[in-house]
Amino acid sequence: MIDFWIILTASLVATTTAILGCFLIMRKMAMIGDAISHAVLPGIVIAYYLTNSRASFPILLGAAASGMVVTYLIQFFNQRVKLQQDASIGISYTFLFAIGIILISLFSNDVDLDQDCVLYGEIAYVPLDTLTLGGFNVGPRQVWILGTTLLIIAGSVFIGYRKLVLTTFDPAFAAAMGVSVVLWQYYLMAGVSLATVVSFESVGAVLVIAFLSGPAATAFLLTKDFKKMIYLAIGFGISASIIGYYMADWLAGSIAGAIATIIGVQFALAFIYIQFLRKSRISETLENKVLT
Amino acid sequence: MNFFTEIASFFTFSEPNVKVVFWGSLILCSISGLVGTFTLLRKRSLIGDVISHSVLPGIALAFIIGQQKNPLYLIIGATVTGWISTYLVDYITKHSKIKNDTAIALILSVFFGVGVLLLTHIQHSGNASQSGLDQFIFGRASAMNMSDVWLFTIVGSIITLLVVVFFRGLSLLSFDESYSQSIGFPNELLKLVLSITTVVTVAMGVQAVGVVLMSALLITPAACAKFWTNKIIPMAILAVVLSGVSGVLGSAISYTYNGMPTGPWIVVVISLFAFISAFIGSKHGLLKKYIQRAKNNTKILRENTIKLFFNPDTLGETTFQFEDIFEKSNMQRGTLKKGLKLLKSDDLITLDNGTYTTTEEGINEAKAIVRKHRLWELYISRFMHLQPDHVHDDAEGIEHVITPEIEKELEKELDFPTKDPHDSDIPY
Repeated sequence: MIDFWIILTASLVATTTAILGCFLIMRKMAMIGDAISHAVLPGIVIAYYLTNSRASFPILLGAAASGMVVTYLIQFFNQRVKLQQDASIGISYTFLFAIGIILISLFSNDVDLDQDCVLYGEIAYVPLDTLTLGGFNVGPRQVWILGTTLLIIAGSVFIGYRKLVLTTFDPAFAAAMGVSVVLWQYYLMAGVSLATVVSFESVGAVLVIAFLSGPAATAFLLTKDFKKMIYLAIGFGISASIIGYYMADWLAGSIAGAIATIIGVQFALAFIYIQFLRKSRISETLENKVLT
Repeated sequence: MNFFTEIASFFTFSEPNVKVVFWGSLILCSISGLVGTFTLLRKRSLIGDVISHSVLPGIALAFIIGQQKNPLYLIIGATVTGWISTYLVDYITKHSKIKNDTAIALILSVFFGVGVLLLTHIQHSGNASQSGLDQFIFGRASAMNMSDVWLFTIVGSIITLLVVVFFRGLSLLSFDESYSQSIGFPNELLKLVLSITTVVTVAMGVQAVGVVLMSALLITPAACAKFWTNKIIPMAILAVVLSGVSGVLGSAISYTYNGMPTGPWIVVVISLFAFISAFIGSKHGLLKKYIQRAKNNTKILRENTIKLFFNPDTLGETTFQFEDIFEKSNMQRGTLKKGLKLLKSDDLITLDNGTYTTTEEGINEAKAIVRKHRLWELYISRFMHLQPDHVHDDAEGIEHVITPEIEKELEKELDFPTKDPHDSDIPY
């Protein structure tokens, strides 16, 4: 049963992030996702400290607040003082992440969070923290939270799908049609922040990037159809969760780390396959030309 | 013991270990400031991020193979995986439709994931001497020992030497890669030198700062320096100094509060330097920009006000009541008053019993600004074929920035005209 809950948790995280990841990498915003996932830390820690609980709502508020701070900082460095984009992102998120780690050390007696857990989560403990509804054990709390998040994200992507796709692939045309590119960007960012925060406990700040960018990138290599890309990405995310879990079990290591490793392996295989395909295609056309 | 005596005890080296921490962080941070200057200028700051996350599997593998925490093994392991990661990012970007940022995010997180997997595997396999390995994640300068410092000194000197020897090539590569290629600099060699120095720097630096925050040490000092200067040598020196100072301050704080990780404190200190520089930096700082803007606004206000005194009929001394000028202008009452005060302090006008009179100087200045305005109107109506009723707004803005040289050029180009497109005289 524990196996099932852990794999389910990982799959829920993988599905949510795979959907968002497809939009992120097409918009060249993968590193913004990286920045947000690191930068929400101080907000989360302060919310933990103030409310002294793992209740989700205050933590979401805290994370949203620090997510806004990092977006503002990046924009400040990039536009107000004209620092290049990559450096603006780098300065802003490392600063907030450093503050977060310092706060954890400062509150270490009062807050039930440790530094390592922040980086790669504690998915193995997910089944221990169960939710009881009307005196009836309905499964791990995290599964319910992640399930709800998945519904929210999938629902909002479904509702805004046409406009999200339009602003992703042709922002100039979208603007000409009167669709606000900035608004839909924030819509997406809000989704990324939400997904990052709820995935935080199970997979941590760094590995959520693997979930966001990996399956989407692998799917992108294999198809040109965006809808197909989303389904493929979800498939890769879930299969990586299952294989990763058993690999972690075998190596007695971190589950989230093992899943990230499998995500990397999937990408490597797809990449090699594409290279191979391209080469054989080139030699085929060459042969045809020689024959004619 | 209170905070200040603790800090004092750090800087007086009262304990032998403090000396190690002091020199260790100083050397590490200074070198990353130096190397970071080039990665920042090459707009490859996030590559530092990739490397710093990707050294983790190397460290874990070196530990598994060497079965102990030998600093040399760890640095070699870290260098190998760090270098592979940058190579992979470039390879993926070049050979597939995957964009650079996606490749960075993917490689960074997957390598880190592998590192975490190996690290947890080592921890669970219960090897006693693994203690201290997880310090690589957030850094603990206090865990350094004298042999580490010697190693940093030697490797650091080699890196500095490389940078000095290849300095001209590296700066050219950073500012203009294609130019450097075209005049025959060995770009590939230079890139290799830069990537090796970057990787080795990161591999050493993770001791003090940890893998997660090491990228800040490459990015932030150089970015700080960039707010103060555009020249590469002062920029590199400033980056090294700021980075070294924050390294020492950060490890002093971490040393004082037991249990505080070093990396985050160093990053917070250097980030504060960055914020301060962004505000008061003498080259691109916000304050500098505000002062410049205020100066421009004053100049524009002054010129717009004196223009009000221009009287096409007399082209000579003019007197006005305040209300007359106010009606003529489309300024706010307060703005106009401020403008008049500026003119009075420059002796362009005199105020006598509520009547403003222009002085000779004032008339000349008014003429000059109207002349520039009308020359420009004529210029764009003639050369851009704009209708005469479309040229005023453009001239209204440009008249404040036309230098005497441009004015002469305009006159020559237009063959010393006397009438503007609205058939008004151009005053000389």
